[in-house]
Amino acid sequence: MPIHEESLIRPENLRKHEELNIDNVDVSGHWSTFIETRSVADYNENLEREISAFPGGAYIHRCWQCGACTNSCTVNAINPDFNPRYWIYLARLGMEQELLRDKEIIWQCVSCHRCTHVCPRDVEPEGVMKALSHWLEAKGHTPKSQSQHFDEEFYQQILETGKIEEGRIVRNFFNRTGQPLKQPWLIRMVKNLIRGLPIMLMFKMGLSTLFRPKTKDWSKSKHSIEELIEMRELERKKILEGNEAS
Amino acid sequence: MNDRTMRDDLQTVAYYPGCALEGTGHAYNRSTKRIAKKLGLNLVEIDNWNCCGAMEVKNIDPEVQNYLSVRNMAIAKHKMGMDVVMAPCNGCYHNLKKAEHDVTHKEETRKTLKKMADKTGQPEYKPGDVETIHALDWIKYAIGEENLARRVKHSLSGLKIANYYGCMYTRPRHIFPEKDQGEGSESTSKPHFMDDLLRAAGAEVVEFPLKTACCGGAHTLSDCDTSTRLVLNILQAAEACSADVIATECPTCHSGLEMHQIRAEETLGVKTQPVMLYFTQLLGLALGISPRQLGIHENISQSLGLLRQKGLV
Repeated sequence: MPIHEESLIRPENLRKHEELNIDNVDVSGHWSTFIETRSVADYNENLEREISAFPGGAYIHRCWQCGACTNSCTVNAINPDFNPRYWIYLARLGMEQELLRDKEIIWQCVSCHRCTHVCPRDVEPEGVMKALSHWLEAKGHTPKSQSQHFDEEFYQQILETGKIEEGRIVRNFFNRTGQPLKQPWLIRMVKNLIRGLPIMLMFKMGLSTLFRPKTKDWSKSKHSIEELIEMRELERKKILEGNEAS
Repeated sequence: MNDRTMRDDLQTVAYYPGCALEGTGHAYNRSTKRIAKKLGLNLVEIDNWNCCGAMEVKNIDPEVQNYLSVRNMAIAKHKMGMDVVMAPCNGCYHNLKKAEHDVTHKEETRKTLKKMADKTGQPEYKPGDVETIHALDWIKYAIGEENLARRVKHSLSGLKIANYYGCMYTRPRHIFPEKDQGEGSESTSKPHFMDDLLRAAGAEVVEFPLKTACCGGAHTLSDCDTSTRLVLNILQAAEACSADVIATECPTCHSGLEMHQIRAEETLGVKTQPVMLYFTQLLGLALGISPRQLGIHENISQSLGLLRQKGLV
């Protein structure tokens, strides 16, 4: 069979024969390229359920594969491998190994909500992208993404005080991810910033670093949030373990 | 048209500045309060507010994010007796709207939030207790273009402005049921409130196709290369539209554009001209407020220099 769109097929799935004779018909040359026969046996039948247990993934089952998400996607426009429609398809089919091919880029969703805006089935694909990247981390397929480190730092500060302080977020995030604070572009930015700032404002910003902004009487809220998160984590653990036992 | 869209219930609104306006968006906070004073509008800050969770907490759990939002809304309604909450930050605005949507449409959300409110001894938030509006809605409906034009002391004429609204102000459409409702309402595909107001202040508003493009704000530090590329698209498009200024209405977009403009120059060697100003700073200038009181010196891009060059300062 001639394969006209070879670029659509992965090289490892193409087989070319120098000389080939089928039923006494010489098919060498143009007619000698075949798509490798495959059969998938390693389905994870629980995959969709696992992913829907992570924050944002609840509506993955609604998808009917129209492709509006990928078509509108901000990240897809700069990296064609970033393909939400395809990942939702794989997750729903249970094709875990195929999904893992893109595990390094799924976390890069920028949450612009274009997909959720256009989705005719209210899948909230943006949430599914977050659920997918959390699932990848929970299953040990990828280390924590930069984005996850950022989210955790953010969440932690809100949990402690009800508010965030941006300077602390930046410092702790760079610390967590082992990045140097002294990068040329950051230094220039801070210089530009300080250039214009009045002394009183700098003083106030310094104070907010020392005395963190806080919401008063926050402890009950903190406790109630922690309780909810613990419950959710238990539910997720059950779903993930249930799968591994079967 | 003004008469039909004007509202008289916005003279006093609950003000939810959010964390960014106490940090990197300080100038936005300052200029918003200044123009309120100048226009005779009353902002009452929400008592003992908490962070809305920005773009991060929903990834830990969406209901926690909703809890953070409704706590503020319930305080505004039940402790302060307010009917309208005004949030100038797109992130805060988006999250309060999202919480309103979920409380209205999802039984599960209502149950979870009721439980959390009971445990923390807070009043339960019910759908429609408050109406959340953006700073753009606030000026548009409380003052209106005609009124604003009458109050202009120093016209912004000669200033070419590209209006940048970002993502969270219009997407996803279902959490903004009041948008796309015909004449007088905001559009989610081609928002125009900022265009309307700045035009009324005398500026030349350019046709800008990337009004609602993404600046990569959610990953501004965690995926710098992607953010720099996305910001560069926006800056170069504004430049191609011959804009001197990109007007912003969100602290995350604003600082994202400023940061990655520098980063694009440092890491890719691409220099771009437009400077960033909050729409409240621009309106303030037109109303005759001094640049210092509007925090224009706090901007990272050389906005003061451009305004001087244009004879606006």
